[in-house]
Amino acid sequence: MILLEKTVLYDIHQSLNAKIAEYAGFLMPIEYAGIVIEHNAVRNDAGIFDVSHMGEIKITGLEAEKFVDYLVTNKVLGAEKNRVIYAMLVQEDGGIIDDLFVYKLAEDEILLVVNAANIEKDYKWIIEHKDNYKVNIKNVSDVWGEVALQGPKSSMIFEEYTKLSTNDFKFMTYKKMLINGTDFIVSRSGYTGEDGFEIYGKNADIKRIFEDLVYKYNVVPCGLGSRDTLRFEASLPLYGHEMSTTINPFEAGMGFAVKLDKEDFIGKKALLKVKEEGLKRKLIGIELIEKNIPRAGYLLYKDDVCIGEVTTGYLSISLDKPIALGLIRADCANIDSEIYVAIRKKMVKAKIISRQFYQKNYKR
Amino acid sequence: MGKNMQNLKFSKTHEWIEVDGDYALIGISDYAQHHLGEVVFVDLPNIGDVFQKDEEFGAVESVKAASDLMLPVAGEIIEINEKLNDEPNLLNSSCYDNYIVKIKIIDINEIKDLMNDGEYEQYCKKEK
Repeated sequence: MILLEKTVLYDIHQSLNAKIAEYAGFLMPIEYAGIVIEHNAVRNDAGIFDVSHMGEIKITGLEAEKFVDYLVTNKVLGAEKNRVIYAMLVQEDGGIIDDLFVYKLAEDEILLVVNAANIEKDYKWIIEHKDNYKVNIKNVSDVWGEVALQGPKSSMIFEEYTKLSTNDFKFMTYKKMLINGTDFIVSRSGYTGEDGFEIYGKNADIKRIFEDLVYKYNVVPCGLGSRDTLRFEASLPLYGHEMSTTINPFEAGMGFAVKLDKEDFIGKKALLKVKEEGLKRKLIGIELIEKNIPRAGYLLYKDDVCIGEVTTGYLSISLDKPIALGLIRADCANIDSEIYVAIRKKMVKAKIISRQFYQKNYKR
Repeated sequence: MGKNMQNLKFSKTHEWIEVDGDYALIGISDYAQHHLGEVVFVDLPNIGDVFQKDEEFGAVESVKAASDLMLPVAGEIIEINEKLNDEPNLLNSSCYDNYIVKIKIIDINEIKDLMNDGEYEQYCKKEK
């Protein structure tokens, strides 16, 4: 029997009448008032997500920074201290194990925030690659909670709630903050295409923040349903869709987070080779010309030949049109070219478009 | 308004059918629309298409997912409810007053396999 985990906020989700379902081994809220309402709240005002299912792995010790620099694709060694570093763990063959955030909390203390579905896999991988590095590796996922306050009004709400200024708080940076007497790690970042804050703390403290913001500040509680429609419009990848062990970072369009000029990291050799030989597949945007909805897994065709598949697709809530992300043969990936999506028994006409569906509103 | 529920039969895949001679209207049940959530798109077949019993003839879609529609009995599509192109959520607000397709039935005997109103209600209770 597999027991499903609950986040510290489970009881609150129930009392808010959330539709709850299993996701990555956790019982998570999918929607409360409805995906469309929650999606629009984040685009126009603000919303709050329970993302306590995300995993946290702590690397401590003298060589913590050096070790993480060797583990992930992006540059950690020498990176600015308060920067949130987006990176990937990749296999020796370049396939993506997970994408993650790296927080350099101190010289000898690094926090990795990983996808819920990959916690065990990542943790095992990291332990296996410890070699002779002088580090300690600890999975602290059960102790840490996380909420994400997202939307154009999130900074206003955050300032009111914390009585702290966010003026010099740039997107993709983080701070240790004392909020109403309790320590938190606050990251100006998110997964929606809007401005926002991802707040990490001990379970009980995270529960209080969520309750305060929902009940006292009337922030709209948002579930995983709208989290996915929002991240999709902003063309942010989701592990298991745009990324997997059979997809490399360049194919997924995440080359910006791969630093091939680093001395060494796991997978470097394979990724250098990919870069040399050129891409075989590419992640593209798709817009249907005929009315329908493209969904993950639908096959893509050009001249009756299968060239790839849809990785995520929706009738976009903010853009009001059927669009998708798809992974296809690189030689077929030209913008504006006509392709077909196999939807049930039909071939539905579509065209390749830029992946920048929705203009992100980050505070740089 | 409202249908006489006694005239409807139901499939295990939650479609209703109302037979009128050689013809029938087909839609989705209240249980189905509730389960789906807000319907944002209905993928309708073409007039003249012929489908077997329990064959997929289209789909109703919410924001999150597509659910296939199955024809409760074999038939030829003779009409589609075009109102659903602009207002797919009519299936939420009034699922029994808004049919999806009208068919010409091929074999009327296939109706016998379907559930009546009361049987269907019991069936839905078990599904939960």
